[in-house]
Amino acid sequence: MVSNLIISAQNLDLTFQTNDGPVHALKDVNLEIGKGEFVSFIGPSGCGKTTFLRCIAGLEQPTGGQISVNGMTPDEARKARAYGYVFQAAGLYPWRTIGGNIKLPLEIMGFSKHEQAERVARVMELVDLSGFEKKFPWQLSGGMQQRASIARALAFDADILLMDEPFGALDEIVRDHLNEQLLALWARTEKTIGFVTHSIPEAVYLSTKIVVMSPRPGRITDVIESPLPRERPLDIRDSKEFIEIAHRVRDGLRAGHLDDV
Amino acid sequence: MIYVAGALVLWALGWMVNARLANGPNAQTRAVGIAVPVIFGVTILLIWELIVRGLSVPLVILPPPSMIATTFANSLPILWADFVQTFVKGALSGFVIGGVAAFLLAIVVDRYDFLRRGLLPVGNFMAALPIVGTAPILVMWFGFDWQSKAAVVVVMVFFPILVNTVAGLRDTSDMQRDLMRTYGASYTQTLFKLRVPAAMPFIFNGLKIATTLALVGAIVAEFFGSPTLGMGFRISTSVGQLALDMVWAEIIVAALAGSIFYGAIALIEKGVTFWHPSQRT
Amino acid sequence: MFKRSLLPVLTVLGVIIVLWYAACIPMNSAWTIQQLERSGETMTLSEHVADTWAQERPRLPAPHQVAAELWDTTVMKNITSKKSLIYHGWITLSATLLGFGIGTTLGVLLAVGIVHSRTMDMSVMPWAIVSQTIPIIAIAPMIIVVLYSVGVQGILPKSIISAYLSFFPVVVGMVKGLRSPDAMQLDLLRTYSASNTQRFWLLRLPASVPYLFASLKIGVAASLVGAIVGELPTGAVRGLGARLLAGSYYGQTIQIWSALFAAAILAAALVALIGVIERVTLRRMGERP
Repeated sequence: MVSNLIISAQNLDLTFQTNDGPVHALKDVNLEIGKGEFVSFIGPSGCGKTTFLRCIAGLEQPTGGQISVNGMTPDEARKARAYGYVFQAAGLYPWRTIGGNIKLPLEIMGFSKHEQAERVARVMELVDLSGFEKKFPWQLSGGMQQRASIARALAFDADILLMDEPFGALDEIVRDHLNEQLLALWARTEKTIGFVTHSIPEAVYLSTKIVVMSPRPGRITDVIESPLPRERPLDIRDSKEFIEIAHRVRDGLRAGHLDDV
Repeated sequence: MIYVAGALVLWALGWMVNARLANGPNAQTRAVGIAVPVIFGVTILLIWELIVRGLSVPLVILPPPSMIATTFANSLPILWADFVQTFVKGALSGFVIGGVAAFLLAIVVDRYDFLRRGLLPVGNFMAALPIVGTAPILVMWFGFDWQSKAAVVVVMVFFPILVNTVAGLRDTSDMQRDLMRTYGASYTQTLFKLRVPAAMPFIFNGLKIATTLALVGAIVAEFFGSPTLGMGFRISTSVGQLALDMVWAEIIVAALAGSIFYGAIALIEKGVTFWHPSQRT
Repeated sequence: MFKRSLLPVLTVLGVIIVLWYAACIPMNSAWTIQQLERSGETMTLSEHVADTWAQERPRLPAPHQVAAELWDTTVMKNITSKKSLIYHGWITLSATLLGFGIGTTLGVLLAVGIVHSRTMDMSVMPWAIVSQTIPIIAIAPMIIVVLYSVGVQGILPKSIISAYLSFFPVVVGMVKGLRSPDAMQLDLLRTYSASNTQRFWLLRLPASVPYLFASLKIGVAASLVGAIVGELPTGAVRGLGARLLAGSYYGQTIQIWSALFAAAILAAALVALIGVIERVTLRRMGERP
């Protein structure tokens, strides 16, 4: 069990100093994420879900408590290239082709040219973008750009994938499609995924574990282990179990808000 | 008098033709887009010719275009020598030296925040000053020949290019820089893979401004002292001799040099920043 | 924001002054050595250094020499005296302001015409853009001399050059500004059946104000350069350009540097003044900078 723990946070605390005074972004967060889990973080704005993800990524420094990734501090894990990060916007470089964009981390990490080409081809096939290597980002739709961004995060075979509302800017139909693809990808690659979202159906559909958070101060109100099977067609969203979990998530979100009214 | 009447008729005619073209069905085509300003320019030239002849304007005030054209054609060797002295030796070398120096300093300034906060306001200040005033000083230091002109150009183009490059290097979003951090990328890797390419539109903006400044600097510097060669030199001596047709001929050379230089940089810009929205519309 | 920049700026300026003093030593040494060879005397190092900072016609005047000359020719002289830098500064400034005023007014009018007339837009705008790549200042000597020969002297020829130099930047900037409202804004006014005049005063003109001020800053600096260059061809004796020229003819380097600094201070003051007017105007128009 212990050797299966990839990410472990204990009494994590983060207070930002802003012009309007201190903001208690994370308070006393305790969480354990095992290998191969798909964990969603859901909550309203200001609940700390993105901040927590960034702490795992070593992009923010906590002001209290501990967090370890792969047995190291997040900063060491970052330097060891332990995870791929997907932002809300695709953030592809417009001066590079799609293939060139996916090569970016590979160039930085020093892979050989031959390896780079092979990896690019492999991940593009994973996200179903084969054939678009020579295109430029502006020639692709929003959904395709985001898929390229995911491919880029997969290219260097990090065990962990951290995704911050990656599908938030896309329309629902594209979103459903990408959700399905993401699950298929997860099944194929067996990565550990941390996923931040606003959408309850998305969180319940994708995850093995759902972390419900609430704001002021940012904290975890509920952690739900999902009883749904790993293989999930889209219409599982109409099933009784799904709706029950969604209700539980919603109650968790409401509880967080009640403290605040 | 008939000339003057003719000029007025020509003006009305030219305007009508252009009005037809500008408001007609083909107004958006490239052909019309070029034809209209050309017709406008040609009309102005013809009116100029007619009015100068018609009112017998003295040649020492305003020579007619036909005479300027003749002088131009007859003076090609002199004009070419002036061009090489002022543009190639003065403006171009100053442009390259100033541009490279500004780029290197911009990278250093970008690296050290303290330096940026101190140097940038000073640089913005310097960019607004009448740098042509340094010409007499630089002539005193570097002599009469092209080196002092190049020095003036270096000073003139340095600050606009510096300010624009620094602005460009800072134009990356937090998200882009975070992405680089997730890759554990070093400063140099981030600089060359992200910030310099992203800065290119700004850098070229500065370079385009610098092309005009370079030519202005080289010419005005020659007003302060020059060997018997150069566009500024020729203009000021011809003005002294009231040989205004030669002055106009040199002005044409300056205009051509300026627009071709600018056009060349704009062309390179198109190639390098092909990805920028402004190049794609 | 100012507080954060104050220390770095002061540091940079301090370093520049130190480097300046340091540079004076090698640059002025040749003269010192020459003098010593002539008189056969010797100097200690510190005397040598002190000499490089106190020459009458140094290759590089020391900062305090320039400051002393500036003080001497501004505060210590009668304003109407021919040696007063304020007098010369005013000569140049008056030509600059007159030219700037003319150029800006005409530029704004032409910009309005370009935005409202397709014909004018397509005929004139390409030339306005191209003219920005042409060193217009090459025309300056000719204009001065030609007008001189028809008896127009003094402030007017210089103003015409100043006007010309500020004209095109103002046209280009103003056109950009008048055209800056986006399609959504223009459509809204169409739903109100607003006339062209109403659209101009209610939308286009207010939207163009930031662009106008940006062009005014460029234009005023260009006008000043025009006025200075306009003083060169006829060997004028009044004005900052004339001082630069005279200093350069007679080898009076300190005079050159003080005239240059005076021009720089003038330019900075003009641009700053426009900046202040800009901030006040934009704040009254509701922008929170």
